[in-house]
Amino acid sequence: MSDIAIRVENLGKQYRIGALQKNGGHYTYKSLRDSIASAASAPFRAARALMGRDGSQANHDEDTIWALKDVSFDVKHGDIVGVIGRNGAGKSTLLKILSRITEPTTGHIEIRGRVGSLLEVGTGFHPELTGRDNVYLNGSILGMKNAEIAKNFDAIVAFAEVEKFIDTPVKHYSSGMYLRLAFAVAAHLQTEILLVDEVLAVGDAAFQRKCLGKMSEVASEGRTVFLVSHNLAAVENLCVSALWISSGRVTAQGSCSTVLSGYIQDSRGQDGRSNGLEQMRRSGNGRVKVTGCWFEDENGCMIQRAKSGEPVIVAIEFQAAPNTRNVDVGVSLSSLWDQMLFVHYSSYVGQYFSDLPARGVFRCVLVQQPLSPGDYQVGVRIVENASEADWPRGSVATLEIVQSDFYGTGHAGFSGQALLLLDSRWTLGNVTSSFHNMRS
Amino acid sequence: MKSNSTDAAVAIQVDKSLIPLTVIDPSSGWVALKLGELWEYRELLYFLTWREIKVRYKQTALGAAWAIIQPLFTMLVFSLFFGRLAKVPSDGIPYPLFTLAGLIPWTFFSNGLTQSSNSLVSSANLISKVYFPRLTIPLSAVLSGVVDFAISFILLVGMMAFYRQAPPLRCLYLPAFFFMAFVTALGVGLWLSALNVEYRDVRYTVPFLTQFWMFATPIAYPSSMLHGIWRTLYGLNPMVGVVEGFRWALLGTNTAPGPMIAVSSIASVLILVGGVFYFRRMEKTFADVV
Repeated sequence: MSDIAIRVENLGKQYRIGALQKNGGHYTYKSLRDSIASAASAPFRAARALMGRDGSQANHDEDTIWALKDVSFDVKHGDIVGVIGRNGAGKSTLLKILSRITEPTTGHIEIRGRVGSLLEVGTGFHPELTGRDNVYLNGSILGMKNAEIAKNFDAIVAFAEVEKFIDTPVKHYSSGMYLRLAFAVAAHLQTEILLVDEVLAVGDAAFQRKCLGKMSEVASEGRTVFLVSHNLAAVENLCVSALWISSGRVTAQGSCSTVLSGYIQDSRGQDGRSNGLEQMRRSGNGRVKVTGCWFEDENGCMIQRAKSGEPVIVAIEFQAAPNTRNVDVGVSLSSLWDQMLFVHYSSYVGQYFSDLPARGVFRCVLVQQPLSPGDYQVGVRIVENASEADWPRGSVATLEIVQSDFYGTGHAGFSGQALLLLDSRWTLGNVTSSFHNMRS
Repeated sequence: MKSNSTDAAVAIQVDKSLIPLTVIDPSSGWVALKLGELWEYRELLYFLTWREIKVRYKQTALGAAWAIIQPLFTMLVFSLFFGRLAKVPSDGIPYPLFTLAGLIPWTFFSNGLTQSSNSLVSSANLISKVYFPRLTIPLSAVLSGVVDFAISFILLVGMMAFYRQAPPLRCLYLPAFFFMAFVTALGVGLWLSALNVEYRDVRYTVPFLTQFWMFATPIAYPSSMLHGIWRTLYGLNPMVGVVEGFRWALLGTNTAPGPMIAVSSIASVLILVGGVFYFRRMEKTFADVV
């Protein structure tokens, strides 16, 4: 029992959207004038509230929405949980309730341990104050004790790389410096439970890497982290388990990879895989156009999935204008979280096509593909005479790779997250011989 | 000393039974005040107040002199129009000193009131991103005014020296009257700041409110113009007690009858208690509405 850090039972959060509907989608502040009309009933409402019958609001269903409903889950101590879901699914509401910024309408939550919440970096930063002042201010807003901030001050400044400017008002900082300092304070929050929202989605690539590094450091310290993010790769890298929320309800909870692939499958399904090509944003002069893509095995049979290590043929159906010259076809493969694995153009192996028929199919044989089990997205781009003919932006097909005896040893290979399988030869030698080889 | 406290913190982490347990349940209606929690967050209160003070006169040419200019010029205008032209009585005290003794606590009150009533809305980004007792926000707004009060008090002392007005022994009561002004400013500030979250009308009401309230307070005129029970009832405006109390304690006037002060004290405490409860009741919706 005691290893549960966060227990959420039947959590629900209701919002009123009456004002929103009245004003054509624009949220307006309630003005006194609006309320005077209903003022007469206000004392009775207040009286009802006093008697603890606030639930009567729930009758006005048309004016309210449930941002969260019947949400229950447990988080163990030391667990790194990624929360995923579409915009408006209720992720941020959940985080706000857990960090006590807003109250739930129904349900019960127990949290064991000091909670630090990072819904934003640099909360409370004041542009007129110096970096030093803001570190103390922001630290105390995040819940750090003065002594704690003083102890970590040098580490914070060093992490943010703003030593020279620490006594300059932050309004003179570049946006990068500002963000680094803001994140640095947050990163030194020493609570047992950390609630994080989209903090990683700030700054340039180098800084994001640094943030991710810090996050995995935090994760490895055995603290409980609850991370809401749109960055699926970050969730995949950092989290052990995941929580998928859609329309205010928990759709799935479990190991990170299972929940994530379910989520990705679902969002692809909703985007429409079949008519994807027609609706995809694409560029190019259109002299050669991709009209379809599928996979075949060595015998030319259409397949949905292939085993690791088995040759796969990517078939790209096209239509072309007459008199095409030097057509170069490129295929790319990326993981479900948009991590590119390879890009391969026919020109790399010295192959160009000319005088294409009006309709036809390119076939690219991926000899001995080294993919580990999972789903992969295929991208296609066609170049004719050194100018782009067609480039659909998005995945034109999904290849499913299933487990096989890749190594021929009966061993399934690495069970964790790794995208590639490589065949290898191992030898055993003594120290002097390898030393000798290096010399020569 | 320092290392001792960190050792203690480590010990707390190790002992599982001492891990703090937070329970979140929906609340309804009137809620407990949880003033103990406010005490836990006293460092934050300190930092927020400190921020207000540090930022207030940033990028102004005159800086903290503004704390003196405000009451000084009001005093000059009042002395000219009410003292010289309208010949308003001033309980036997030189009129400029008479009105300044009222203006100093009044300026603290009206600034505190204005700052705190806007405080929640201007801290919207804090409220919607971090949890802490919301009471710290209007409280720090009023607290930060104490520094301005101290600066402007120098003006009052200077004026007293100019008119060779030695303070009587009963000036030791002054902190009590200042506290009364503080309690009133915070009380009204809590009501208005909580209302302002939902009704932005408050923002437009506050300048009127302070203006009317000022003329309803005996700053330009003495409360001795009223007699008997009316004077006591006048004390329902807590600032009447504050202003007359200041004059009584500093200038030795006989303008602070006991019943009036008592009524003002009770009124100020009631405003504060009501304000705190109302604030706590509205607090749970702040993050959603602000």
